[in-house]
Amino acid sequence: MKSDETQKIIAGYKNVLPISVRDEVERSLPSTISKSNATQIMDETVAAYNAARINAGESVGLVSAESIGEPGTQMTLNTFHFAGVAEMNITTGLPRIIEIFDAQKTLKTPIMEVFMNKPHNTNMDTIKKFAASIKETLFDEFVVEFSLNIFEQTLKVTLHKDLLEEHDLTEKDLIKAIKTKAKGFSVESSEGSILFTQKGKAGEIKELYNLKEKIRVVKVKGLKGIKQVLPVKRDEEYIVLTSGTNLKDILDLPEVDVARTTSNDIHEVYKVLGVEAVRQAIINEVYKVIEAQGLNIDVRHIMLVADLMTTNGNVKGITRYGVVSEKASVLARASFETPIKHLINAALEGEIDNLTSVVENVMINQPVPLGTGLPGLVTKMK
Amino acid sequence: MTADISKHALVPKHTKVSDSEKDKICAAHNINSMQLPKIFKEDPAISKLGVKAGDVIKIERHSKTAGVVSFYRVVIDE
Repeated sequence: MKSDETQKIIAGYKNVLPISVRDEVERSLPSTISKSNATQIMDETVAAYNAARINAGESVGLVSAESIGEPGTQMTLNTFHFAGVAEMNITTGLPRIIEIFDAQKTLKTPIMEVFMNKPHNTNMDTIKKFAASIKETLFDEFVVEFSLNIFEQTLKVTLHKDLLEEHDLTEKDLIKAIKTKAKGFSVESSEGSILFTQKGKAGEIKELYNLKEKIRVVKVKGLKGIKQVLPVKRDEEYIVLTSGTNLKDILDLPEVDVARTTSNDIHEVYKVLGVEAVRQAIINEVYKVIEAQGLNIDVRHIMLVADLMTTNGNVKGITRYGVVSEKASVLARASFETPIKHLINAALEGEIDNLTSVVENVMINQPVPLGTGLPGLVTKMK
Repeated sequence: MTADISKHALVPKHTKVSDSEKDKICAAHNINSMQLPKIFKEDPAISKLGVKAGDVIKIERHSKTAGVVSFYRVVIDE
């Protein structure tokens, strides 16, 4: 514990030093330090901190691109990789990085990590039960046989009784689930089967066939989109990994720990948690891949990319449809991808290029506004 | 949606900035408020703050390098 006085001195630098630096200095100061020495150390720290800051006009984007790109060449190109636990595939390596930075809408392996609240996360049995309850189960899975009776115009569905019991369901529950789809049909249930008969006059057999196709894909149990569940042990607790994501519905469940449950789909995170959460999710997801590959990229480079992708309030990928389309200069946009399209559109609209950025100035052989090219000279006329 | 997303580990603290503080921020960076990074009015993280377009939101991010950082976004309409 440092003396109050030292702490007060350090707190006085609140506006010039970030909290991590202040904490580090505080930790390394001896407790017997005098007031003047402490002040001197803090002043020197401020000087060192300011000297380490990036100068105006430094091309940080280029440095980031190189810093991420170079180790990227060493990443595995394997799309699928066994993550150690059971039969769950996770996209890693370069394909995953591309997926995140391009902000792709459909992921190769959408995954959620579902954490549970305190009493629920210690027992494997409760976790297993919970996992089974969130898995999307379709009507089709319980069916042994569909039989169309053409003479009596009925559809008989034979059900898998053991499976029903396993899921704690009865024929009544199934009928409840498909009720809205089976309008115009009378439904009778008997032991292990459901019988559909057309109400009133018997229509065409086609209607029964359509009914069959419709009820097959009705969700009986679970959350939409969760195709596979896998309870695993992580450190001291049990969590559920899911293949397929539905963050919105899963957070509404009372057993789920709202603070830690995440999805690897950044668009879903954006929709459910907002733009700031996406920024953090991008950083976390990219960093996870880089760490898993044993590479070392400074997190600030990834922060810069994540900031760029989220400055407009939504998620934009580093693609010609995303952040590149936002560039002010026609020439800069044309230099990326599909140059002809951009040039023709610019010509049609009579766009003006003010040559305020880097790429367009390189193209026409002018000094670029970077480093020493940034400041301009102003002459005072007498 | 009934879950309280402000508790989520990915969601930093969002607060509305007063008008006087807003002017101070803009003056410190020599910009007008519309040049700040944007956040949509419908964003789930600020849906309970009752903000309108043009307001500035202060976001207290947790950063691996700097501990806690204040970041500002301006609210825009969809």
